[in-house]
Amino acid sequence: MKKRLTCIACPQSCLLEAEVEDNRVRSISGNKCPQGEIYARQEIENPLRVLTTTVRSPGLEVKLIPVRTDRPLPKHRLQEAIQAAHKIKITRPVRAGDVLADNFLSLQVKLIATRTAK
Amino acid sequence: MKPYDILIVGGGVIGTAVARELSKYKIKIALLEKEVELAFGVSKSNSGIIHPGTQTPPRSLKGRLCLAGNRLLRSWAQELGVHFKEVGELIVAFREEERAVLQRIQQDAESLGVLGLKIVDRAWLAEHEPNLNPEVKAALYAPSAGIVSPYRLVYDLAENAQQNGVDLFLQHPVSAIRPGRGYFEVVSSGSTVFRARVVINAAGLYADEVARLVGIQDIVIHPRKGEEYLLDKKRENLTRHLLFPLPTPTSKGILIIKSSDGNPIIGPTAEPAQSKEDLGTTDAGLAKILASVQKMVPTIQRRDIIAYFAGLRPVAGDDFIIRHEAALPGFINVAGIQSPGLTAAPAIALMVRDLVRTSGLTLAPKRRFQRHRKPSVHLFSRPLSSARALVRKDPAYGDIVCRCELVSAREIRDAIQRGARTLDGIKFRTRAQAGRCHGGFCTTRIMKILAEELGQPPEALTKRGPGSEIIAKSRDHDPA
Amino acid sequence: MTRPDLVIVGAGPAGMAAALAARDQGVRDILLLERDQHLGGILNQCIHPGFGLHQFKQDYTGPEFADQYIREVEAAPEITVSLRTFAARFAPDKTLTCLRPGRVDAIRARAVIFATGCRERTREMIPIPGTRPAGVFPAGLAQKMMNLEGLLPGRTVVIAGSGDIGLIMARRLTLEGARVQAVIELQAESRGLARNVVQCLEDFSIPLHCRHRITRIHGQNRVEKVSVAAVDDDLRDRPGTAFDIPCDTVLISVGLIPENELLEMAGAAMDLKANTPVVRELGVTSLPGVFVAGNAGNIYDLVDSVTRDSERVGQKAEAYLRGVA
Repeated sequence: MKKRLTCIACPQSCLLEAEVEDNRVRSISGNKCPQGEIYARQEIENPLRVLTTTVRSPGLEVKLIPVRTDRPLPKHRLQEAIQAAHKIKITRPVRAGDVLADNFLSLQVKLIATRTAK
Repeated sequence: MKPYDILIVGGGVIGTAVARELSKYKIKIALLEKEVELAFGVSKSNSGIIHPGTQTPPRSLKGRLCLAGNRLLRSWAQELGVHFKEVGELIVAFREEERAVLQRIQQDAESLGVLGLKIVDRAWLAEHEPNLNPEVKAALYAPSAGIVSPYRLVYDLAENAQQNGVDLFLQHPVSAIRPGRGYFEVVSSGSTVFRARVVINAAGLYADEVARLVGIQDIVIHPRKGEEYLLDKKRENLTRHLLFPLPTPTSKGILIIKSSDGNPIIGPTAEPAQSKEDLGTTDAGLAKILASVQKMVPTIQRRDIIAYFAGLRPVAGDDFIIRHEAALPGFINVAGIQSPGLTAAPAIALMVRDLVRTSGLTLAPKRRFQRHRKPSVHLFSRPLSSARALVRKDPAYGDIVCRCELVSAREIRDAIQRGARTLDGIKFRTRAQAGRCHGGFCTTRIMKILAEELGQPPEALTKRGPGSEIIAKSRDHDPA
Repeated sequence: MTRPDLVIVGAGPAGMAAALAARDQGVRDILLLERDQHLGGILNQCIHPGFGLHQFKQDYTGPEFADQYIREVEAAPEITVSLRTFAARFAPDKTLTCLRPGRVDAIRARAVIFATGCRERTREMIPIPGTRPAGVFPAGLAQKMMNLEGLLPGRTVVIAGSGDIGLIMARRLTLEGARVQAVIELQAESRGLARNVVQCLEDFSIPLHCRHRITRIHGQNRVEKVSVAAVDDDLRDRPGTAFDIPCDTVLISVGLIPENELLEMAGAAMDLKANTPVVRELGVTSLPGVFVAGNAGNIYDLVDSVTRDSERVGQKAEAYLRGVA
């Protein structure tokens, strides 16, 4: 099966064509640099995304603290991760970079605050 | 059962002007409005022109009331603390042979009693209206034309009426009127029943429907739509006068209007409306307006436009219908009040007062009528040098919420305390969200203040009443 | 009347970068004015990643990128920060009249940098005909509602324009539970970055209709639907292509306009089409000692370029002050 995708590894935005069998990439064409191949393999075999959202922070100077995961997580778990983040409340001052959850959703990723607030 | 002497149906400029006038007398008055705030019907799309009386048939009721209203409005505005500015108007002619049309308009207006008219030539125009197309050959100058904020006029009339004892009922549409012996029972909002000796129908677009509730069939309102486009305040000095083309048989044409808020307005169109809720603007309307006004002032650009809206004129034949129904003593219709209704409003109020007397109700003046209202403060309308004293008095005047139009947190709170319940109500009163960013920067802040003052959660806040909620959901209520 | 050497209006990335660069060059008395109650400007609501790849070789979120500057500004004794301060007037003698809660100040600076950012083009500027119900938002306002206030603007959404803010919001709304029906783009292809088209639309199977426009917004009180039509290369509606999309919300993401009303007020030469001051070189306006930095001078794609250029503007302001000192 052929799959087409736009490479976003760099701003050249190559249009890639991948030959895929059983969710494994057999070959890639259309890429102008080796990054394209790495991107396509990852994107087809195990797409990953960094999650960014907000958690509530009642009592702090801002209502919401923006957060991110320190590493990308499997794309299909984004929605679930958002729901989990919604349940978090922060009541103490935070600094950008503070870890809010160590092993978020047992995914071995950290959830970190991206804003400082008192 | 709520007993009153007089019940007014409709909270636009006519209903509130009548309420204010009648509040001078020792009678109990109720004013019913179907919308969540006053001025949300015909009045909200008014362009704020106080007409001199130049374009109304000399023997018409509206001509006479326009002229009288133009004179009265000045003292009313002063008493209410509404800013009125006499800017004058020019009706322009592009061809020498149109001079005759100007002369005819002048004669008609003079026979009505309009003062100060003169036909001005190219040299005068070059000096006094520099951005006007040099191809304009001559114009009729009417110095007594002016401008006022139509919404603030309504809100301030209502506030003064309330000061003088008028009871205001919002979200009170009228569903039935039952004539009794010497009184009417008016059913509103499902089950509330009012009782009044006199009913004044000032229901604007819906005046025909209200009249039909008591069997009056000869009033039929045909809404006529007008689209208007607002220009950036930067273009405030685009013109010095109100600019009119030569009128057509059905309309005064497409105008360049100075507004009380500073933003010039261009329009309106005049098209039959599909319905009484047909408030959409169209590509065609914009194209037509731009072409017309660019002919008068060629420097107007499409990018000057920051906002637009459409309004409906309640047309019921050629003239106003203002009458006491002899067959139904105590029922007064004030219908078909299209242009120049805003100008005529004070004169209409006096005429209605006289009709109330005709109906048999005795009007004894109150000794303690409060003629004056404490004016609202608008930072944008005063020099910044005077802001210092205000900010010293209340720090919140220095807390700017709307940056495009310079509106402070204090003014927003003041508007809510004086009756604003919605984002539109705040906009009409203060101009916050009405500028070039269109609320992009200030909407969330205004929502916070509104939620706080009304004691409501953010998802209950509306743009203009139930059904127009601003947001779908707030995370304040997410489970912990 | 206070008389600082350098006043900078706006403490977003441009204002902060310019302030720090001027300080590094030796300016000792810098006043940084900010309308909001926090430093950081628009970055505070841009919680998504993609910032700082050039400047810091890091994939920061907006708040993290801002934080790099905020910490330095707050630690700099040469920079005085005045929050909740609105510059309302600017006169050609470089006097700014500022309002803040409880105070009105006249500030006469020796040099001024305007880093006032930009505003969004609105529905009214396109303009999209139809009714004016609740539920029509500039995309950036919707972003602010969601990311700073925790308010979900609507449940079924159509986005007009495929600028990056619109694309980012398509993803954000979807993840927060709204349904994004479509993105409507007048141009032949998306205006946003390819990575945003992939990760914000394709990831969620959101259709992107290029060479289409919203011809009408419907709904009395709240948005009920939009009418859409395909357009030809001259942007005229193609007959027979009209269709409706039901929705309760329309986001407008059709570009940004630099905010330069203060400069215009003071009589700076303006390019009225772009709404930017005419500059003879980067950041140098027609008024002596008056500079412009960041999106106020030119709409940038990347914040990294904003701070890079703003640093140069900060240096120019210092050179000006040295020249006239």
